[in-house]
Amino acid sequence: MKQIKSNDVMLRTVTRVVTFIILSFSLYLFFAGHNAPGGGFIGGLMTASALLLMYLAFDMKTLRKALPFDFTALISIGLLLAIGTGVTTMLLGYPFLTQFFAYFQLPIIGETELTTALPFDLGIFLVVVGIALTITLTIAEDDK
Amino acid sequence: MIELMLVTSLVLFGLTIAITLIRIILGPSLADRIFGLDMIGITLISVIAIVSILLNTNVFLDVILIFGILAFISTIAFGKYMERGVIIERKRDS
Repeated sequence: MKQIKSNDVMLRTVTRVVTFIILSFSLYLFFAGHNAPGGGFIGGLMTASALLLMYLAFDMKTLRKALPFDFTALISIGLLLAIGTGVTTMLLGYPFLTQFFAYFQLPIIGETELTTALPFDLGIFLVVVGIALTITLTIAEDDK
Repeated sequence: MIELMLVTSLVLFGLTIAITLIRIILGPSLADRIFGLDMIGITLISVIAIVSILLNTNVFLDVILIFGILAFISTIAFGKYMERGVIIERKRDS
């Protein structure tokens, strides 16, 4: 029996809109993690699920052309960021992983607290995105 | 008074989840079970909203959005598995 070729135009149109909403929500969760629920882990999982929705709606070949990242390299970049925030404070004469924070006047947002916990959280974010997508794509790529 | 109404709606939502669970267990086809799981996810969103009113806090509002996103993505993944047999295709054949 011949397989009927399906045309999922509704899924692809919805995906184009919903992916932006999920990505902006994940960025909100990532930046809200200091004072509210959220943080690097759940923000990374939401980004991974947005990319996974694009992989569901389109196929693997198109997405490899659209997002030419090596997701295993993201893991090492994230680990380097997380370790680098610790080692930098060590080079300045403080103990490992000492945190600093200061208040700055940014042009649009106004007075903002910038901490060195943000690059550490960014490292966690990149590691979670890399690991989740590496696991999913490795399982999806094998032949049956 | 308001608290009584909220607790009553929680009980009704629990009944809804129980009835949906019966449909998931008895469901003759795979599509019935997928719809049942999606409906349980949507009902849990309402339960979380009512619990956050009862506890007088707004830190659970992120959980509502996350539940909606996860229910959407998992339903799409199950639907693609039902239709095509694979979830992530290697190459588009159209």
